[in-house]
Amino acid sequence: MEQLSINHITKRFGRQIVLDDISFTLAPAKIYGLLGRNGAGKSTLLNIITNRIFPTAGTVKLGDQDANDNDDVLGRIFLMSETNLYPKRTSILRMFDLANEAYGQFNYQTAARQLKEFGLDEKQHLSNLSTGQQTIAKFVLTLNVDADYILMDEPVLGMDAAHRDLFYQELLKSYQAKPRTFVLSTHLIEEVQQLVEHVIIIDQAKVAIDDDVQHLLDQAHTVSGPADQVDKYTAGQRVLASEDLGNIRTAYLLDDLDDQRVLPDQVKLGHYDLQHLFIYLTNGGETKNA
Amino acid sequence: MQFAFDGSAPLYQQLAAQIEEMIFTGGFDEEAQIPSTTQLSQQLHINPATVLKGMNMLVDEGLLEKRRGLGMFVRPGARQKIMERRKDNFYNDYIKKLLVEAGKLGITKEHLIELIERGEHDGTIKH
Repeated sequence: MEQLSINHITKRFGRQIVLDDISFTLAPAKIYGLLGRNGAGKSTLLNIITNRIFPTAGTVKLGDQDANDNDDVLGRIFLMSETNLYPKRTSILRMFDLANEAYGQFNYQTAARQLKEFGLDEKQHLSNLSTGQQTIAKFVLTLNVDADYILMDEPVLGMDAAHRDLFYQELLKSYQAKPRTFVLSTHLIEEVQQLVEHVIIIDQAKVAIDDDVQHLLDQAHTVSGPADQVDKYTAGQRVLASEDLGNIRTAYLLDDLDDQRVLPDQVKLGHYDLQHLFIYLTNGGETKNA
Repeated sequence: MQFAFDGSAPLYQQLAAQIEEMIFTGGFDEEAQIPSTTQLSQQLHINPATVLKGMNMLVDEGLLEKRRGLGMFVRPGARQKIMERRKDNFYNDYIKKLLVEAGKLGITKEHLIELIERGEHDGTIKH
């Protein structure tokens, strides 16, 4: 199966640059996280990948085929979008039928089981469902569409904790039954950090991080101790943020530790998670004191 | 099964450590089958590649074995192996920390020995 490559995508709305020269590659059968602050351009990017809106510059390619206006390619990419594109009186079943017409091979059997697990019925109309239930209906649809690249924009919007739990479970079940690429664009980083293998972080219209989660977290060190010793130990390294509490400074490092440096007795090393990495990284400046 | 994860080490290592702990404490018997990658992944919401990496680490350490077409099993002698390894690491993992903390508190060697004897009397140390 071919890779899906996003090449130098730029998008302007008037004078505002929403996406600035975005490039990354999605490999087959992998789970990705696409993270960014509100308004970072994640939805715009997903809409560009699926050809719903056009970039100012750049291309999206599956293998060497351009996705632009190419039904063969677009038929292999599915976007579960935050916005509702269906008419008011659409039933869940009708939604499934439309997906079947467009993508073929819709898995009605699994969809029926999943709806039941979530307490929904395929005869229900979308307009009678709560926000969370509409999200569930779209999610069940998404899991059973025949596509190789599944993009999900805020896929747990409005779902309660129990349903989110079921969501992650069904997602993994579906992934294991039929490995394909998922891109989860979400704010709930804590919930997906164990689930995604690779993460792309968009900040200030650019790709800030495009890395394997484990590789990234291996560089996420906390260094805490007396301020002068912490500063000395982390000098010249990439420090995302630092916090002082009394005489103790904690620096959040995103870098490999330098084996050549001697760790002072009073300085302690630790780790921090993806959620915090995201916050410190997208909080504007490097080395910000709290 | 109750697993808990924090940011202290790579996820696959934490998973491996917790499976190891379960083997050691009898949560999984020797020669017993342990849950599949698929089951663990779905239950814990962890990427299957991560689960597999953790499992493979335990296979490499000789604690688990893969039986073709059947699944993953605890190897005979796994508990003994864990015990030996933990004994080897006991000084680094426990005694060193104990001595450093005792040093900070000004606890003397004699007092430390007294404390160890206290553990013997109040039943903390079992023979």
